[in-house]
Amino acid sequence: MVTATGRVAVISGDLGVSDRLGGWKARWGIGRMSYIVPPGLYAIGSPGQDAPVLVTANYKMSYDLVRSTMKGHAVWLLVLETYGINVWCAAGKGTFGTGELVRRIGLSGLEKVVSHRQLLLPIMGAAGVKAIEVKKRTGFDVRFATLRIQDLPEYLENGMLTTPAMRELTFCLGERLVLVPMELLIGLKSVLFVGAPLAAAYGVAGADFSLIRFWEALLLYLLAVVCGSVLTPLLLPLLPGRMFSIKGAVLGAAVSAAIFAPLTDSLTRREICAFVCVITSVSAFYAMNFTGSTPYTSPSGVRREMGRSLPLMAGALGVAVAILLAGIFTA
Amino acid sequence: MKGFRYLSNVATLRLDRETCVGCGLCLTVCPHNVFTLQAGKASIIDLDSCMECGACALNCPVKAIVVDAGVGCASGMINQWLAGFNIRFRKDSGCC
Repeated sequence: MVTATGRVAVISGDLGVSDRLGGWKARWGIGRMSYIVPPGLYAIGSPGQDAPVLVTANYKMSYDLVRSTMKGHAVWLLVLETYGINVWCAAGKGTFGTGELVRRIGLSGLEKVVSHRQLLLPIMGAAGVKAIEVKKRTGFDVRFATLRIQDLPEYLENGMLTTPAMRELTFCLGERLVLVPMELLIGLKSVLFVGAPLAAAYGVAGADFSLIRFWEALLLYLLAVVCGSVLTPLLLPLLPGRMFSIKGAVLGAAVSAAIFAPLTDSLTRREICAFVCVITSVSAFYAMNFTGSTPYTSPSGVRREMGRSLPLMAGALGVAVAILLAGIFTA
Repeated sequence: MKGFRYLSNVATLRLDRETCVGCGLCLTVCPHNVFTLQAGKASIIDLDSCMECGACALNCPVKAIVVDAGVGCASGMINQWLAGFNIRFRKDSGCC
């Protein structure tokens, strides 16, 4: 459509097959860091001079979420250059920030496109955007509207009022589940680069190389990764402890105890203890990794958790691996 | 945040009530309802739910709030620590 500053792209509120596939791929880490749209001003529906202006990041998943949620509304969408990072993480880095917002307002000629002086930002963007400075430099009022874009239609309908529920963070099972693929992928890499060599060494440790011993050890390592990176996120509120590593350790210990309980005849007690130690510490480590994906862990807390649990994990893992591989030297 | 709570007594958030002008912007930007308004000034009611995102300190017009802001991400911290030893991984792994 044509505006006072020239042509503005009108975007659809419908997500096509490629958009859905793209979102799914990004969740699995495929091309995730280059899943972007060009920054700038877009029109959803046919907004007039007094239509609200929403601000988002240029991660295509963020942009798709906004345009599909706002389908049927007439709004302007100002997309900031966040280098393909979502609003919250980009705000933390400062790319979804005051400087970029001010620059993008200028580049898009927004003050000529709309007659009002108000921008609606996601609350999670506030860590990067200083509202009073934006006002001072551009004349635009920044309103931190809602946490979730899903609440924005209601926010607009009720006269731009943020209800308590709209600023209440949630982290329900579904919200955790979509994060699991990335967690699992990171863990699977370590199965390849850490688990496989260790399992091979364990295979050798039984006098001559045993393929069965190799696969047993590799599967146990994989199980530990799944405990930490898949089961801990899913069961998060149910697991005991506040530290994520404790949650992961409890789960790893419980699962490995259940597996080894019927095997007390075929393995020595020492070996079983060692395996339980490995599974527990690997699970604890990948559980701790999930801190970065949650919306409630503070850096000071994570620093304290790492300081306390990393030495324990490393120590337990080291001793256990030494016990399991002792056969290499005695055989 | 309902149903979730991280470690207690670690958040570095501090509010100077003397300086506070009671504009309420910290209440607006905080995603964890750490603040409330009491007698025309902000007050911290739930320090332990603070995730140190820094939105309140950044937006406070009179700099009454200080917090050692950052992202609570273990893999990010490990990568940063490894980078100190010049060990780097490809950027697209791990967190954002």
